[in-house]
Amino acid sequence: MEINKDLVIYLEKLARIELSESEKVKVEKELSEVLGYIDMLSELDTEGVEPASHSFPVNNVFREDVVTNGDSRASVLSNAPHSKDGCFKVPKTVE
Amino acid sequence: MEKMLSAVTLAEKIKSKEIKVSEVIDFVENNVNRTDKVLNCYTVFDSQKARERAEVIQRKIDRGEVASPLAGIPIGIKDNICSKGELTTCSSKILSGFRPPYNATVIERLNDADMITLGKLNMDEFAMGSTTETSFYGPTKNPWDIQRVPGGSSGGSAAAVAGGEAVCAVGSATGGAIRQPAAFCGVTGLKPTYGSVSRYGLIAYASSLDQIGPLAQDALDAAAVYSVISGRDSTDGTSMEFTPLDYSAVESADVKGKKIGIPEQYFGDGLNSEVAQAVMSVAEVLESRGAIVERFQMPIAEYAIPTYYIIACAEACSNLSRFDGIKYGYSCESAEDLLDVYVKSRSEGFGYEVKKRIMLGNFVLSSGYYDAYYNKALQVKAQIISAFNEAFERYDMILGPVAPTTALKMGENLSNPLQMYLGDIYTVMINIAGLPSVSVPCGFDKSGLPIGAQIIGKPFGEEQILSAAHAFQLDTDHHLKRPKSPVADEKEG
Repeated sequence: MEINKDLVIYLEKLARIELSESEKVKVEKELSEVLGYIDMLSELDTEGVEPASHSFPVNNVFREDVVTNGDSRASVLSNAPHSKDGCFKVPKTVE
Repeated sequence: MEKMLSAVTLAEKIKSKEIKVSEVIDFVENNVNRTDKVLNCYTVFDSQKARERAEVIQRKIDRGEVASPLAGIPIGIKDNICSKGELTTCSSKILSGFRPPYNATVIERLNDADMITLGKLNMDEFAMGSTTETSFYGPTKNPWDIQRVPGGSSGGSAAAVAGGEAVCAVGSATGGAIRQPAAFCGVTGLKPTYGSVSRYGLIAYASSLDQIGPLAQDALDAAAVYSVISGRDSTDGTSMEFTPLDYSAVESADVKGKKIGIPEQYFGDGLNSEVAQAVMSVAEVLESRGAIVERFQMPIAEYAIPTYYIIACAEACSNLSRFDGIKYGYSCESAEDLLDVYVKSRSEGFGYEVKKRIMLGNFVLSSGYYDAYYNKALQVKAQIISAFNEAFERYDMILGPVAPTTALKMGENLSNPLQMYLGDIYTVMINIAGLPSVSVPCGFDKSGLPIGAQIIGKPFGEEQILSAAHAFQLDTDHHLKRPKSPVADEKEG
């Protein structure tokens, strides 16, 4: 699989990342190389194989729905770059 | 205290009051002060806090109130494991200044066992790398040769143990990130079974692969630390119920009659001949103790790396979407609107390798490519799991090299990223299948660099593989060798 400039721009958008011009060139080249290698998977016959998400069969892990960590609003917000009135503060999103 | 001793030995001496906890802290701090400006193992080293803890624990020991086998032992923590109120940054700019409001389960368990956490150890940014060169805080250096990488991503953890800057350490592995740095630095590293150590408070890279484990001076130390940190935890949904490790069974080092398989595919063209030879010496030692060693075919091994990078990057792009400049860490101050905060904070906060892997993850999950890449990888994952299941019907353990070479020169891998990914060829498959594997030092190459072999076990087979590792270490002394001080090295250079 070849990665081209347009695909890099599309992936930047999906990833919410903007690369510098030199990073764009590097990513295009390196992702093409890596995907060229990854494409070897296509030679493997996986017809009818059920995809595995977990290494071991673990199903329906339940616990009681109770609060165990108490009110940690202040300590959580202490890491926020901006907060106001006990909430995260973000730029205006609706005109 | 005059020289570094294993954690288990030190703990016995602390218990018998031959050594004070504060002396151990002094010894480690002295080493850190002397060599860390060269090695750069720690991103944070908090001796003040360690000293206060040491006093509390010493009083408990003096009153005879301590039951834990590792009481008073200081332990270094990889920079991606949350400790309450202490800087935890994944060695990334985007988490600069982040102080978690809670402890990871692993930290709670170390505290409950009266162990002393000693600051944070350097790593590849977000654990994405095999060299510890992508850290925002600069690279860690290999104590055996400071021109070389310590491996990664738990490079700070491995180098600290090898260089005497920690008695033992906790790292994490998504691929080979515990075993490979352990091999490159000549220490013992255990990647435990998926689900045996709680991941609560481990900052996620690829959740289906991530696992926390010890890097230690020998197999017994690794077993002792694993005993402390492992066990079912309700705060990690993937955590499993299992029989705890029997430390005395590990001590007995019994491998008599055990069947050990060696995959032919692990000894292919890419493997350095000195590494191959050293790994086979492990087979010989275990055979001399009554184990039965056989070669077998495992063709699926060739497909492990592409499968791994698809799954790891797909999960990473989802996991790392939480870093948006709003909730914690770095936030771009010149952003104009909300979307701009996300994009600019991420673009300025993540390093290049992290951005690339996030983009690769987005690619394999994107519409039109999902089936050919991500879904295909999950199918190959199923095939890898069944290949191991078949192998373990015939064998108790599997033996192989950890990495194709010994530690590379700094910069060599970064200039050839595909080559760096290929270096993970023997390790990542074990994470895909969720199996335990221990890396043991098994010799040195012509340049004097350590070589590692790995012993892979069945799910929750830690007892068996650690017994085999301990058996090997009873008959050899590779694990006892330590590099000469890198500070003297600098003067000579």
